[in-house]
Amino acid sequence: MVTLTIDNKAVTVPEGTTILDAAKQVEIHIPTLCYLRDINEVGSCRICAVEVEGVNKLATACNTLVENGMVVHTNTPRVRTTRKTNVELILSQHVDHCVTCVRSGNCSLQRLSTDMNIQSVPFGKATSERPWDKTQPILRDSAKCIKCLRCVSVCERVQSLGVWEVTGSGAHTTVRVRGTRMNETNCAFCGQCVAHCPVGALRGRDDTEKVFAALTDPEKEVVFQIAPAVRAAWGENLGLTPEQATEKRLAAAVRALGVKHVFDTTFSADLTIMEESSEFVERLSDPEHATLPQFTSCCPGWVRFLRREFPDMAPHLSTAKSPQQMFGAVAKSYYAQLLGKKPEDIFCVSVMPCIAKKYEADVPQVNDAAEKDVDVVITARELVRMLRATQINVAALPEEEFDHPLGVGSGAGVIFGVTGGVMEAALRTAYWKLTGSNPPADAFQEIRGQKPWREASFTIQDTTVRLAVASGLSSARMLMEAIQSGQASYDFVEVMACPGGCSGGGGQPIHDGVDLSEARGNRLYALDQANPIRFSHENPVIQKLYKEYLEEPLSHKAHKLLHTEQANWEL
Amino acid sequence: MSRLSITPWENSQRTVDDLYADMERRISAAPCGNCPVELTSAFLKLCLAQSCGKCVPCRIGLDRLSDLLDRLLDGNGSEEDMQTILRLSQSIVDSADCAIGFEAAQMVLDGYVAFHDDYLAHIEQGSCTANFKSVPCVELCPAHVDAPGYISLVGEGRYDDAIRLIRKDNPFPSVCALVCEHPCESHCRRSIVDAPLNIRGIKRFAVEHSGDVPPPPCAPPTGKRVAIVGGGPSGLTAAYFLSLMGHKVTVFEKKPELGGMLCYGIPLYRLPEEYLDRDLNCILATGVEVKLECQVGVDVTMEELRQDYDSVYVAIGATKQKNLGIPNEDAPGVLSAIHLLDSTIQEVKPDFTGLNVVVIGGGNVAMDATRTSVRLGAKSVKCVYRRRISDMTALEEEIAGAMAEGCEILPLKAPVRIVTDEQGKVSGLVVQPQVIGEVRGGRPAPRKADQPEELIPCDVVLIAVGQVVDSQYFSQSGMPLKWDNFITADDGSVPGMEGVFSGGDCVSGPATVILAIEAGKVAAASIDEYLGFHTDISANLEVPPAPFRLQGATGRIDLTEREASWRKNDFELMENSMSKQEMDQECSRCLRCDHYGHAGFKGGRLAKW
Repeated sequence: MVTLTIDNKAVTVPEGTTILDAAKQVEIHIPTLCYLRDINEVGSCRICAVEVEGVNKLATACNTLVENGMVVHTNTPRVRTTRKTNVELILSQHVDHCVTCVRSGNCSLQRLSTDMNIQSVPFGKATSERPWDKTQPILRDSAKCIKCLRCVSVCERVQSLGVWEVTGSGAHTTVRVRGTRMNETNCAFCGQCVAHCPVGALRGRDDTEKVFAALTDPEKEVVFQIAPAVRAAWGENLGLTPEQATEKRLAAAVRALGVKHVFDTTFSADLTIMEESSEFVERLSDPEHATLPQFTSCCPGWVRFLRREFPDMAPHLSTAKSPQQMFGAVAKSYYAQLLGKKPEDIFCVSVMPCIAKKYEADVPQVNDAAEKDVDVVITARELVRMLRATQINVAALPEEEFDHPLGVGSGAGVIFGVTGGVMEAALRTAYWKLTGSNPPADAFQEIRGQKPWREASFTIQDTTVRLAVASGLSSARMLMEAIQSGQASYDFVEVMACPGGCSGGGGQPIHDGVDLSEARGNRLYALDQANPIRFSHENPVIQKLYKEYLEEPLSHKAHKLLHTEQANWEL
Repeated sequence: MSRLSITPWENSQRTVDDLYADMERRISAAPCGNCPVELTSAFLKLCLAQSCGKCVPCRIGLDRLSDLLDRLLDGNGSEEDMQTILRLSQSIVDSADCAIGFEAAQMVLDGYVAFHDDYLAHIEQGSCTANFKSVPCVELCPAHVDAPGYISLVGEGRYDDAIRLIRKDNPFPSVCALVCEHPCESHCRRSIVDAPLNIRGIKRFAVEHSGDVPPPPCAPPTGKRVAIVGGGPSGLTAAYFLSLMGHKVTVFEKKPELGGMLCYGIPLYRLPEEYLDRDLNCILATGVEVKLECQVGVDVTMEELRQDYDSVYVAIGATKQKNLGIPNEDAPGVLSAIHLLDSTIQEVKPDFTGLNVVVIGGGNVAMDATRTSVRLGAKSVKCVYRRRISDMTALEEEIAGAMAEGCEILPLKAPVRIVTDEQGKVSGLVVQPQVIGEVRGGRPAPRKADQPEELIPCDVVLIAVGQVVDSQYFSQSGMPLKWDNFITADDGSVPGMEGVFSGGDCVSGPATVILAIEAGKVAAASIDEYLGFHTDISANLEVPPAPFRLQGATGRIDLTEREASWRKNDFELMENSMSKQEMDQECSRCLRCDHYGHAGFKGGRLAKW
């Protein structure tokens, strides 16, 4: 243990602790900007500078380790002046058009500048405007980039992709994609860079205007699907308490936007389970010829990653489409038929915790019911923006149900939004398929957890099924390398590109420096517990859909609408 | 009042001079991989600051040139701007009145050609192609040895770990501790503060204070067999790493001892046997098999090696002495420097007692021959060189050491012919005085002075004008040549010869130990991949965290040498080590570029390769 003094308070912390963390222990707040625990501890912004007695220079609290007897001052005139100067310098290279910035009110630089009472900047303005292809799912505004290097670190260390790189020297140092346009790189469009950008330099493409346009188009039946993970996070930046931000109030809020068909991606998650678990049982029954392990395929970031980085392993992917795309296919076929409408009259909007879903909906090969099965994908953040734009007092709305029929989902479908959830939901149904009876609903919860790479095995009727779950692409990469080299062997593998799964998705509300994926995941588990239907195959609408339309899982019709060859996807 | 007065050196000018001195040191510590356009633009601003402002091309032209470069740097440049840069620089070169202007523009012109791709990238992609390298010493070491890592380990007294860390990239820590030309020190960031770290001296301290450090365990046997032709530093480096990767390695060495030039070319007073042996023992301990006095081309053929082994690495060095092509070069008394150095490791060394020796050449081998002659008892030793002393390629300290030992350097003398006595033995060397002339290819070229030839009477002439590769047999076996050197791809593979790799002096021509080691390391990685493997080499140890209190400006500890009057009489190691006190201080000067600056973010430490 190391004992030191910070602002005249004695503090004892383990060796290897940073000054920043030691200060936190005695309730002393040191401001940071570029710092991201374990990911970006590079000290590029120099905002966390503190004075250490006996040392000439200021030290950066985020990456300076404590020493015995160290005497630290975090609030001296020298410290305050230096911090302020550095914020002013950053502002001199930052286009501060806060009123039109998507991150206004949720911007770390704006907050620091306000905290430091900066009312004018004594330096000239030197911002760099670089062109960017505005059709990409991820947009970068070079004039707002503060070169904190978080995006570079997240992409490299958490996602092992290294799409972003630092280029140039001196004042012209900038960040760019390694290549010309994002879609030509190995970018998975996971959006973790966006979620960790402290300012508005990186953002997801905003498609809300397309949705508003459809809502005012009398020719269109606008159908909304809302992804499981969105219900766990949608109220966070609307000022709602978790108790207020229920899924039923979410349904009410979306209806208040003028949406007539408020449906639930949980429904099509159940459909995905029917197809994917049938496919798994089929593969498992013929291990000689089938490609095992089977990989889940509902995360487009993961699918793109696998295609780009491990192309030979694409045949492992389940051919089942993701819930988003299954929903779109069903909405524009079965549901259009129910409404007596043509597929092109349906305008399908999906609300996702994800930026990669924007990419997925645009993949030509994934559309089977219409030219585009899902017309527009908006992120949870865009939904929040739409609600704010319409000035709906969400807190005052009474709770409402999702619409019938595509608004009915099981608890198994809800946990799609958390790492391990797809696997668990698939096992519940696979067990039923193999044995003819349901397992206890929580029989497979051993696979839950936050460890980025988990494994488990279960014996179902003499067959041992070996499973692995990974979230975050660097874990996925390690897992794939282990499978390729023969160091690891499984029957079924679930991968989600974002750490924690969709609840930590790149399209979720942003809270700088706070990872809410676990808390959101726990909300989804609670919703699963509370759901009277715990098994996808017991969803009555799913049963009806097969009886009336799709015949049975893996039928010819199901194949046509609900499956895709990811290996043929345009990348 | 007098017409003239003594001009006082103004205080402000003194400060400017200090600034220039700081700038010189900063430039010497230039990081690798900065944007060249950015540097050109910055340098132009300095040139502009030096302009007197009289003439248009310099006063305005340099400023506009700098604007144009900045426009490119801001990502707003166009092809047209490129043309303007070209036209404007040429006009400044052509019309500026003095060197302040025309040399500045010439620099832009030179850069325009050299960094053309980078200029284009600024226009087309709005970004730079240069790739910033965080840790200058690691980057500049051809073997990329983790210098800040081992310096911090030495500073903590973890000498064994320091050796392990060095061996991750270089199996010759002891040899390099004594004879490496330490390119790692050339851009040391410490120069910005005071002077570069004495990295080699710190390595030597580690080598001399570590215990017996065995090599790490080898990877499981792969069943693959690799033949290495030549047991010098390059071949043995490849052998060491390939062995660690699990391959079965056999080294074919034509001489009776391993080490190549380390054994036969470097005098014992610079590299005593026991240092070389320590490294050789570690390399052999990985299970490398050695066939001594086995010459490929005589005792075994390349065809046989290619048949019997899965891959072959040819690292035969450059061992053949170049001739001068002057009359009487074959007279008794004329020796090649390489031959002399080779013979001094024998039990019975040549005896130069009472003889006058002349050495021809200006490189490190010439200095080795010069200083060896002194130790063999020569009455006088003179070193004859065509250019100036400052043009000699030998290390400065070697030249100074030789002079301290009583040798004379005779610069600007070109050898014309060797003269002989009645018995045909050497009696002198006739030289033509030279005058240094125009710079050609970056070096000033000597030409004949308007002075008569001179005779330097002597009994022995040692020729040290470089070595060439003895490549004949191998080229007949199909290895392509450029001049006398083998041609390889960047990964060391020999074009048109499946499974054959080559590197070291036989590819580069005579060069340094550390470059030979680099080639061996690259070959090991390439051969491993060629054989279908990807076995990582790592040291598996934690480097101490960087301290955040850094040592203020402090002088560099230079290694001293034994007194010249003593050392010139024997072949004992001439250079002294650092004391513990000196080592501690020197280690504390390290700025830990593996942690501070860009390295704290990316590219700081490669734990494996």
